[in-house]
Amino acid sequence: MTGDVACAEGALAAGCSFFGGYPITPATEIAERMSERLPEIGGTFIQMEDEIAAIAAVLGASCAGAKAMTATSGPGFSLMMENLGLAACTETPCVVVDVQRAGPSTGLPTQGAQADMMQARWGSHGDYEIIALSPMSPQEIFYQTIEAFNLSETYRTPVLIMTDEMVGHLSEKVVIPEAASIKTLVRPSAKGRKDRFKPYRPGENGVAPMAIAGQGYNIHATGLTHDERGYPVMTVEAQEEMMRRIKGKIRNNLADIIRTHSYRLEDADIAVISYGVSARTSLAAVDEARELGIKAGLLRLITVWPFPEVELRSLAERVKALVTVEVNLGQIHLEVERCASGKAPAILVGHPGGAIIPPERVIEKLKDIAGKNH
Amino acid sequence: MEPSARHMPHPLDDLLRVDRIPHIWCPGCGIGTVFSSCLTSMKSSGIDLAKTVMVSGIGCSGRGAGYVNLDSYHTTHGRALPFATGMKLANPELNVVVFSGDGDLFAIGGNHFIHAARRNIELTVVCVNNFNYGMTGGQVAATTPFLAKTTTTSLGNPDSPFNLPLLAFAAGATYVARWTVLHARELMGSIQEALLKKGFSFIEVLAPCPVNYGRRNKLSLLDTMRLYQQKTIIKNGASPTELDIDFSRGVVLGKFIDIQRPTCIESYDRTCRPQEIAEGKAA
Ligand SMILES: Cc1ncc(C[n+]2csc(CCOP(=O)(O)OP(=O)(O)O)c2C)c(N)n1
Ligand code: SF4
Ligand SMILES: [Mg+2]
Repeated sequence: MTGDVACAEGALAAGCSFFGGYPITPATEIAERMSERLPEIGGTFIQMEDEIAAIAAVLGASCAGAKAMTATSGPGFSLMMENLGLAACTETPCVVVDVQRAGPSTGLPTQGAQADMMQARWGSHGDYEIIALSPMSPQEIFYQTIEAFNLSETYRTPVLIMTDEMVGHLSEKVVIPEAASIKTLVRPSAKGRKDRFKPYRPGENGVAPMAIAGQGYNIHATGLTHDERGYPVMTVEAQEEMMRRIKGKIRNNLADIIRTHSYRLEDADIAVISYGVSARTSLAAVDEARELGIKAGLLRLITVWPFPEVELRSLAERVKALVTVEVNLGQIHLEVERCASGKAPAILVGHPGGAIIPPERVIEKLKDIAGKNH
Repeated sequence: MEPSARHMPHPLDDLLRVDRIPHIWCPGCGIGTVFSSCLTSMKSSGIDLAKTVMVSGIGCSGRGAGYVNLDSYHTTHGRALPFATGMKLANPELNVVVFSGDGDLFAIGGNHFIHAARRNIELTVVCVNNFNYGMTGGQVAATTPFLAKTTTTSLGNPDSPFNLPLLAFAAGATYVARWTVLHARELMGSIQEALLKKGFSFIEVLAPCPVNYGRRNKLSLLDTMRLYQQKTIIKNGASPTELDIDFSRGVVLGKFIDIQRPTCIESYDRTCRPQEIAEGKAA
């Protein structure tokens, strides 16, 4: 099946019962699959009037207790930004899939890119943390969608799946395991005396238990700066307290959130950094380079945000170059450069979008660095 | 919940977050009357309040959700309706009340309004129409009367306002009414009916914003109340096409539409679900 369909199946396996969407290439197949599958299992699909409404409906559904998601591509992702911030601020779990295509604007609607990566991190106004995953295959998007729901529910935060047209439309074998073998998590739920409940009083891991609409907790949720009662408080102190909480619950649990995959990195002296479809390019390039006697390895980012800074810093200490491969003109590359802090040069193999990067371009760059191009 | 020192006991206290009083509304503002009418109707209607939620957008009116002692959601500007739609679809047992302003529901959120009405999603929408954007200091709105003055139309509004009941009717609302804050008894009756209505219900409430709208249009609070008393005509069942707001000709109030058609959820269950599931859900 295609990556898009595998994403929908992953969502269902994770217990998603609500999908609010709006059609856009190359993400439409996710909505189409959900429109067929959700009503069969007692869930609800709705095609809203635009992407702003789609994510708003997803947040409403989540506040009413559903595991909820939406899927889109660049133009729709841009429209979702304000309510993504509302989700971060009100700590409302939700999963948003961006099947990236080349931009800016309408760009190349049917051709892929990885150029929304910084928008994923910073697209909504204000400071906040976000979790974003990036799958390299249909099988992986299936598992990552489950993981996205689990992280979203555990940390009460929006989680993004930053896939791309190539993976979304790629057709490969996908094994769907027995439901019983799939670990699915739900948000920490409200307990205790209803009149004493504080909707934003954090639990042990920094995450506040969540009361859902109709449980009788009479909670208030607002996108205004609020205190642990959920009440608006327009002070610098309240802002600081809230920011500490919504950032802290992610920053203090990085070990649980961040996943990377190291390939032939143990003895590598050139590290390739990549994610999503470009990781496929990079895997092929690393193998080929090794054949040529170049000690290259790959750090594949499964979690792109929060950025695996610690790993990048330690890599920068021991390799002679960090080569970022991505279908944009330098986004994650900037993060790699930041983490390298001058300890190792950060080099980009980028692409303006519309196609994958051929492995040869990466190999050429690796040869240059290894001094094998004369 | 401890009431703050400035709060006097009130019969709606159990439905109010009394620890959040004083509220932000200006003296003479009409929103409070609409809000208390809404709470009174919630109580008198007999609906299960534990299963009742209020959703607001952004604006002075949108602060309603912040003061009601129910599950309440203060969302983003214009997006209360799609948020409420998701909520209702995810848990059809909830009574979802949307309380917001004219700018929120009909300018930035206008597209959502027509689609929510078209789908006949079972929501009760109470719109405080104060003819302007109160919260941001009194700019022109999609409801500002022709030639009225606002901070962004200092020489007068060159555009015509929406006839909101006509818009709601044309989009498919199954219950449509209009009152003013002076008609609190009728308003409460309408909100109560709307809460019990199976379908998309819309109630427009004309309300003074003396601070931002009244001041610029030489309408003191008393002048506005006088207009509401002397220049309104109650005409239940009036055709929505007769409902343009022009106080020089008289403004029609009343319940205009009260019809039945399948709700969004009923239609979805019938059309999209396998029969066993649809029936299982109904049971
Ligand atoms: C996306 C966005 N644009 C603009 C604003 C600024 N803003 C806040 S309230 C408001 C208008 C509210 O008008 P209305 O809904 O009529 O409410 P009122 O204050 O009159 O009750 C605007 C434009 C905002 N909060 N968000
Ligand atoms: S600005 Fe107008 S609408 Fe807002 S609280 Fe004051 S009087 Fe009411
Ligand atoms: Mg207004």
